[in-house]
Amino acid sequence: MVPSKFAYHKPTTLKEAIDLLSTHGDDSKILSGGHSLVPVLKLRLNDPEHIIDVSGVASMGGIKDNEKSITIGANSTHAEIANNAALKEHAPMIAIAASMIGDIQVRNFGTIGGSIAHADPAADWPAVLLAADANVVISGANGNRTVDIDQFFKGLFMTAVGEEEIITAISIPKSAFNKNSTYVKFAQPASRFALVGCAVAVANADGYVTEARVAFNGVSATPFRDGNVEKSLKGSVLNGDAIATATASVADGVSIMSDHFAAENYRKHMAGVYARKALSALA
Amino acid sequence: MSYIGSSVKRVEDKRFITGQGRYTDDIVLPQMTYACMVRSPHAHAEIVSVDIAHAEKMDGVVKIFTGKDTDAAGIGGVPCGWQVDFKNGDTMKEPPHPLLVSDKARHVGDAIAMVIADTYAQAKDAAEMVTVEYNVLPAVTNSKVARADGAPQVHADVPNNLAFDWELGNPRAEVDAAIAGAHHVTTLEFINQRVICNAIEPRSAIGHFDTAYDKYTLYTSTQNPHLIRLLLCAFVLGLPEHKVRVVGPDVGGGFGSKIFHYTEEALVVWGSNQIKRPIKWTAERSESFVTDAAGRDHITTAKMAFDKDGNILALSADTLANMGAYLSTFAPAVPTWLHGTLLQGLYTTPLINVSIDAVFTNTTAVDAYRGAGRPEATYLLERLMDTAALEMGRDPAELRLQNFIEPFDGVEEEGYVTQVALQYDSGNYGPVLKRGLEMVGYEQFRADQKAAEGTGKLLGIGFSTYIEACGIAPSAVVGALGARAGLFESAQVQVHPTGKVSVFSGSHSHGQGHETSFAQVVADKMGIPMEDVEIIHGDSDAVAFGMGTYGSRSLAVGGSAIVKSIEKVLEKGAKIAAHLLEASVDDLDYAEGKWTVRGTDKSVGFGDVSLTAYVPHNYPEGLEPGLDFSSFYDPANFTYPFGCHICIVEIDKETGVVKVKRFIAVDDVGNVINPMIVDGQIHGGLAQGIGQAFCEGAVYDESGQLVNGTYMDYVMPRADDLPSFEIDRTVTPCPHNPLGVKGAGEAGTIGSTPAVVNAVMDALKGYGIHDVEMPVTSQKVWNIIHG
Amino acid sequence: MKVPVSITVNGKQYDKMVEPRMLLVYFIREELALTGTHIGCDTSSCGACTVHLDGKALKSCSMLAVQASGKSVTTIEGMASGENLHPLQEGFHMEHGLQCGFCTPGMIMCAADMLKNNPNPTEEEIRHGLEGNFCRCTGYHNIVKSIQYAANKMQESA
Ligand SMILES: Cc1cc2nc3c(=O)[nH]c(=O)nc-3n(C[C@H](O)[C@H](O)[C@H](O)COP(=O)(O)OP(=O)(O)OC[C@H]3O[C@@H](n4cnc5c(N)ncnc54)[C@H](O)[C@@H]3O)c2cc1C
Ligand code: FES
Ligand code: FES
Repeated sequence: MVPSKFAYHKPTTLKEAIDLLSTHGDDSKILSGGHSLVPVLKLRLNDPEHIIDVSGVASMGGIKDNEKSITIGANSTHAEIANNAALKEHAPMIAIAASMIGDIQVRNFGTIGGSIAHADPAADWPAVLLAADANVVISGANGNRTVDIDQFFKGLFMTAVGEEEIITAISIPKSAFNKNSTYVKFAQPASRFALVGCAVAVANADGYVTEARVAFNGVSATPFRDGNVEKSLKGSVLNGDAIATATASVADGVSIMSDHFAAENYRKHMAGVYARKALSALA
Repeated sequence: MSYIGSSVKRVEDKRFITGQGRYTDDIVLPQMTYACMVRSPHAHAEIVSVDIAHAEKMDGVVKIFTGKDTDAAGIGGVPCGWQVDFKNGDTMKEPPHPLLVSDKARHVGDAIAMVIADTYAQAKDAAEMVTVEYNVLPAVTNSKVARADGAPQVHADVPNNLAFDWELGNPRAEVDAAIAGAHHVTTLEFINQRVICNAIEPRSAIGHFDTAYDKYTLYTSTQNPHLIRLLLCAFVLGLPEHKVRVVGPDVGGGFGSKIFHYTEEALVVWGSNQIKRPIKWTAERSESFVTDAAGRDHITTAKMAFDKDGNILALSADTLANMGAYLSTFAPAVPTWLHGTLLQGLYTTPLINVSIDAVFTNTTAVDAYRGAGRPEATYLLERLMDTAALEMGRDPAELRLQNFIEPFDGVEEEGYVTQVALQYDSGNYGPVLKRGLEMVGYEQFRADQKAAEGTGKLLGIGFSTYIEACGIAPSAVVGALGARAGLFESAQVQVHPTGKVSVFSGSHSHGQGHETSFAQVVADKMGIPMEDVEIIHGDSDAVAFGMGTYGSRSLAVGGSAIVKSIEKVLEKGAKIAAHLLEASVDDLDYAEGKWTVRGTDKSVGFGDVSLTAYVPHNYPEGLEPGLDFSSFYDPANFTYPFGCHICIVEIDKETGVVKVKRFIAVDDVGNVINPMIVDGQIHGGLAQGIGQAFCEGAVYDESGQLVNGTYMDYVMPRADDLPSFEIDRTVTPCPHNPLGVKGAGEAGTIGSTPAVVNAVMDALKGYGIHDVEMPVTSQKVWNIIHG
Repeated sequence: MKVPVSITVNGKQYDKMVEPRMLLVYFIREELALTGTHIGCDTSSCGACTVHLDGKALKSCSMLAVQASGKSVTTIEGMASGENLHPLQEGFHMEHGLQCGFCTPGMIMCAADMLKNNPNPTEEEIRHGLEGNFCRCTGYHNIVKSIQYAANKMQESA
């Protein structure tokens, strides 16, 4: 349980951090809360030569309640997010998902930026961020760019973040669907990461679904939104029948992961069950 | 004043709750070095070459030892402590278990080199740079596969990987004939899967050769320091026993896995003399998973035959017991003398035959894990009982009551002689089951179960009524059965001139609370306050001898040794008192810490007598000064705790998720010294037994890798997986030890596992299945429901 | 190459030179010889290493010592004030919440954080709050009772 040797840098500004990244390139790794990276380092599954600790970059912290969105600084911890009043009001699934991550200790120090950068397929953030239609703000030598969450997750531990870029914030739109949203998880019993995590966000008008967003993590190597389910729900009254019809085909055509906790058929079934649970909570 | 029987708060707690416990890894010695092992990543591989040239030159590296070095030093390896012979009388196959392997790795984690450096980080860095070239061979992890022709051979000279075969009980032909002619036969084929002990403190050892005294000290996370010393000196390193001190400081849980003598202990001791500096080795959890001896791992076929009224007629059982790659210290005893002998259970079964094949595989060694053999026996019997009840349309509780052995106290009535080599000490089995039924509210439950039909939930109830053999064990008996050591216990009671008492016990405490319950016994028997008593254990230089703590033996055997010494102290004290009181010993009574001349108010206190013993100015003629006695207690028999465990599960049909809703345990562990501590032992045991049933179990892949060798994959039971337990007890004293105690350390684990699985089977009885493999995961249950 | 760190532990500031790769748990155990904080795993799972960092429960095996520089750590050794045990320490003693004691410091440190945010937890909340802490000895039964004892006691004196 001893990492390989590395040099440690602790920039206090974003610019400094990006300069360090440019200098050290792929020999370096960003460190935020450390709750994914340190476990990896101590088992020597990775051995970067430079660690750039961005936890001191003030501009990457804090949760801002704007007029049309809520901006979550990349360094915000799961615990901060779980307890944030604005998020609880405008996007409850975000706070709910945060409260289900790991344990008290992990939530105190693990951050949202670190989690989505790590892109563990069984992590909890991807589904809710997909369902929320979030935007990820990424900074590099050429300034900021904003990536739509649909374009962010690229596969197992792969994202749209370039080697010399840093995630600085995640922005959650204040929308009707986010206001009416939730997240449920069927946990792998040892790690308690998600075997199936399902986030649902549904906007209604006059009793009919105007927009439904249904996303999963844990099920496939890449988190995904299930277009079939969403389409089926749109225009319906969100009741038991509509939910049953919509969730009958959950994850159809998706390549599903399999392990000794949940083989493909069981995982697919559970994705349906959890989609049903989540949607029923909003019905 | 009576301490015995009351829930005295533990005296050892203070150091642990304030962070002052002293575990092996907490100890730092001057000049200490740190060891990191280079281990085989392959389950089965020839070692072509080991290159340490680069690693040796790295920062801080003091020395690197490989198998060549231990071979050159003539070290044969760690021995097995129990010999079981083949059915045909041949001695079991006992291939060497080298400290460092030089020819071939036989399981993932087999140690190939020990890298020693000034810091652990440096040792780790260098270990990474030791290059080993392997010729990877096909591996076998399953004992059934290992027995097949053409299976990979773990040891060249062990044909078909058979370490030994063994049988016990009535002649097989007789048993088979009874089964063939029976009204009903219940047959089960099942796997009692391998579980990993997972004491939360990883194993740790520090070897220290003190050149000033030519003396070795080994600090190690062990349940039995003296046994380690004996094995280390007499079998592994050939060291003079009086020049070796073994200390088991505070130990963070054992559950069996810290009974055994491990290669790392011998390595740090031997190495410390080679480099003339202390060496510390502490396992990382990933190492624990592949090097701590594991538990269970039986594949069994069992048959139980009944007459038309439901009376048991016969039982046969055939088990393949996985030994792993080497025979660990007590491994051969577990499936045989600790398992086969328990197959009488609580029942009057007139004919029993059990047959065992002990098999080598390319896995970590298997040995005693909490309960050791007895949980496997209980699982076998109790799964059969519930299955039989279901098949015959009988109530599982009634079927048991009907077949129970009649009560016997072991004093007026003889102990019960079983078909499988034991004589039970005392027993009264009906009341534990009846009390359990009362607590669970059996009729109400069956009503609730009915009411749940047609909802999304299934309810199930499972029973387990068990017996165990504890307080191991009469030395002559175990000697005849192949033990290479005695199983007595020693205790010294040292009275100081001021009347304070130090007790040196050979029973090590690693959570059991000996420092409290032993002190309760001493204080009561001597009539002095508990504060005046200190229990010392775990250091071979302080304690004369000891066989350690396992098999629920500490109080029954170790406690009895203490009582013997107290009797000697009081006998001599009486002589001194008689002298001081100018009375005859026969006229004295001892109570509440003083000797009184019967019928008078003339008395002398324990403190005065103690002082006189050490300041013998006015003293009986011919009597030695001092007040200090040692005893060795060799038990007359095993002790036989028993009990009834009842589990209620709720299954969610849609997901297959199983929830343990209630768990009721009524145990009879004989007399109870400290109810709080006994309850705690039961709770912990239950969690482990329930854990095996619903979440734990080693999973290997084709190549012999342990797939779930970390806590990210191996499911440990957590607080929110378990209910609060409902427990009660009956008391049937042990007739053959002075405290009347039977032992409580393993009961929880032994009884609970089949109760959970039986409950799941009860819940799933509409689905036409005969068995469900442990651990009963949600996926398995869902497959059954939707299969 | 070693780097300077300055960490306040149980109220006392320590300035040391450490390798950046040193985990906080090793800093506490080896640099400061405060061995009440234990190591039970290598995957950040067991919670035996739990301490408080700036008042929040942390698995100290999951953070580098350099990350904690400038911050304040409380370990189990810092929980009692003089001879007065913390209510949780008292609770574990009174309710037999420990056997081998190895998980105990981590349990107490985790529970302290739990009670800070939820002073009057239900049994279910306590059990859920302990999901990052393993105990192999007690079956958790008495750990739950110990935490309830402390919660009651802290409520009374609040
Ligand atoms: C015991 C345990 C249980 C857990 N359980 C869960 C769970 O149930 N569900 C779940 O979702 N997660 C779980 N996690 C993971 C946890 O959520 C981590 O905190 C999170 O994944 C990483 O956040 P961090 O700040 O700690 O990232 P770090 O470990 O600091 O970094 C993680 C990765 O992201 C990169 N990175 C960090 N910040 C940035 C940035 N701003 N820009 C670009 N790259 C960056 C790093 O280089 C590194 O590769 C668990 C972790 C542990 C230890
Ligand atoms: S040692 Fe930190 S969680 Fe196990
Ligand atoms: S008391 Fe031993 S692990 Fe909890």
